[in-house]
Amino acid sequence: MATKASRTAARLMMAPAVTLLLGWMLVPLVMTLYFSFADYRPLRNVFEPWAGFGNYERFVTSSAFWPSVWTTLVLVGAVLAITVVLGILLAMLLDQPIWGRGAVRILVISPFFVMPTVSALVWKNMMLDPVNGVFSHVARLLGAQPYDFLTQAPLPSIVLIVSWQWLPFATLILLTAVQSLDREQLEAAEMDGAPPLARFRYLVLPHLARAITIVILIQTIFLLSIFAEIFVTTGGSFGTRTLTYLVFQRVLEAQNVGLGSAGGILAVLLANVVAIFLMRIVGRNLDA
Amino acid sequence: MGRIELKGVRKAFGEVEVIPPLDLAIEDGEFCVFVGPSGCGKSTLLRLIAGLEDTSGGHIEIDGLDMTDTPPARRGLAMVFQSYALYPHMSVRKNIAFPMKMAGVDAAEQARRIEAAARALNLSDYLDRRPGQLSGGQRQRVAIGRAIVREPSAFLFDEPLSNLDAALRVGMRMEIGELHEQLSTTMIYVTHDQVEAMTMADRIVVLRAGRIEQVGTPLDLYRSPRNLFVAGFIGSPRMNFVEGEEAGRHGAHTIGIRPEHVRVGEGPWRGTVGVSEHLGSDTFLHVHGTGLAETITVRAGGEVPLRGGDPVSLAPEEGKLHRFGPDGLRL
Ligand SMILES: Nc1ncnc2c1ncn2[C@@H]1O[C@H](COP(=O)(O)OP(=O)(O)O)[C@@H](O)[C@H]1O
Ligand SMILES: [Mg+2]
Repeated sequence: MATKASRTAARLMMAPAVTLLLGWMLVPLVMTLYFSFADYRPLRNVFEPWAGFGNYERFVTSSAFWPSVWTTLVLVGAVLAITVVLGILLAMLLDQPIWGRGAVRILVISPFFVMPTVSALVWKNMMLDPVNGVFSHVARLLGAQPYDFLTQAPLPSIVLIVSWQWLPFATLILLTAVQSLDREQLEAAEMDGAPPLARFRYLVLPHLARAITIVILIQTIFLLSIFAEIFVTTGGSFGTRTLTYLVFQRVLEAQNVGLGSAGGILAVLLANVVAIFLMRIVGRNLDA
Repeated sequence: MGRIELKGVRKAFGEVEVIPPLDLAIEDGEFCVFVGPSGCGKSTLLRLIAGLEDTSGGHIEIDGLDMTDTPPARRGLAMVFQSYALYPHMSVRKNIAFPMKMAGVDAAEQARRIEAAARALNLSDYLDRRPGQLSGGQRQRVAIGRAIVREPSAFLFDEPLSNLDAALRVGMRMEIGELHEQLSTTMIYVTHDQVEAMTMADRIVVLRAGRIEQVGTPLDLYRSPRNLFVAGFIGSPRMNFVEGEEAGRHGAHTIGIRPEHVRVGEGPWRGTVGVSEHLGSDTFLHVHGTGLAETITVRAGGEVPLRGGDPVSLAPEEGKLHRFGPDGLRL
């Protein structure tokens, strides 16, 4: 019974949690906003509370800014494309009654349990390494020259690592969606003369639209802040410096908190632009 | 054309044999109803004919051609599913157009057939809606529309009315009947409801545990059920069965008499009225204490003044008695 008294009580009881969460989100944001307008370089004992838009100007006009935005977008876009496409394929595969399906499912999910730092290290030292990596062994076995992934193709290598990490998430969400598709619809389409590809195109894909939207939106939020994988593998060199990484360099390597904060606020803006953009193209599916 | 013949068709799921070898021929233009209790294999049999399940043995012939291993799309059959199985992301128009689109029918012809189907099924006003915005009866009609436009050689219906309410069901029953009159295409209709079977069928196939118990016209089954199962399954309320001495008097192990063939009045059977159901047109009396069976159901006229507890005497119409042997078969 939602009486007036019970609603008031509910509000009162929710209040601490809501306040805590609000504080949790707002305090860092407000502090970042505050620092972004200050000239704050702790190691040099500089603290000027108001520096106008100077930090923003310097951050945006630095030669590293636009390349880092581009790198961010390429990284996010490539990982999204790979995880969604492979995720759909894997989900369809795992939905089939194949032998050992349970075990295969757990194997597919497992990369998600590995910490980003660990998986990046494993990929760097055990898979992609030109001397000891699995790929180089395979290359030598086939009589080919081992390929130095991280120096020759640093961004694709990071895309590979991050995709490997996020594929389980995409697969899992898409698998539950595939499983909820009504079998009789597929059978009806089969009787209607739709070959497998047409059934995929006209039934499975529209049915998955909502799940794909969710995968894209959630992954975008996390992918925009990818850090450990870059830190561990290339340290931001060879054109792998994303906006997040640039902020990190400005704050910690250059010890310029004001400049870094301005970058952080710009990153938040970029995230919002990307999110709005994505919502407009795929978000329609959410209310379908 | 649409003559369907099953020759020794068998289906097993793993170890479990759901359909033992079965022979059946469905004639061109016939309205054939498969009826039987839930789980007896009606849907499985229909899906075998449709090609949605692989047979474990035997042959399926359609118009004389062996179609046992032909994929469903190329059997020329259209199916209407119990859940309607409409495509939720497409408008009604696109749903109906889908099989034609897959078959590569040209746009003008598509439009013509959609138009005709929509008119026949009263769907013209709903063509641009999504299935989710339609009522159960309308969805059913869309599913039928999608089947009609393919111009199949036979329609397969799997309990198409079981998700509708009682009033709608009666209406749709008539519509499907009329559709059959118009198209005179073979129809195979699966139901667990013997009333649907009796009212719609040219020929009824009674199934139990995957086995055919009897095949015949509705009146055949009503007048001369081949065994106790069919006798009990066809007709509502159920036939009364009497065993023992009274049956022996008629030279049978069991005798059956339908409620409508027992008269109230001077007769050899005496008991007390238990529950009496007054429907206005009829009264169903459940009579206890006859010493023949636990209850004898009697269909009496609408104005019978009897109530619970009243003593009553009953007279079975001798000519309408059904006699069964100890093996359950009709004598
Ligand atoms: N895919 C399947 N796997 C295993 N058993 C099945 C399968 N489909 C149906 N059955 C079994 O076959 C029997 C007949 O099912 P069905 O044809 O659906 O019955 P009906 O339609 O007459 O209610 C049931 O006992 C059911 O459990
Ligand atoms: Mg069924």
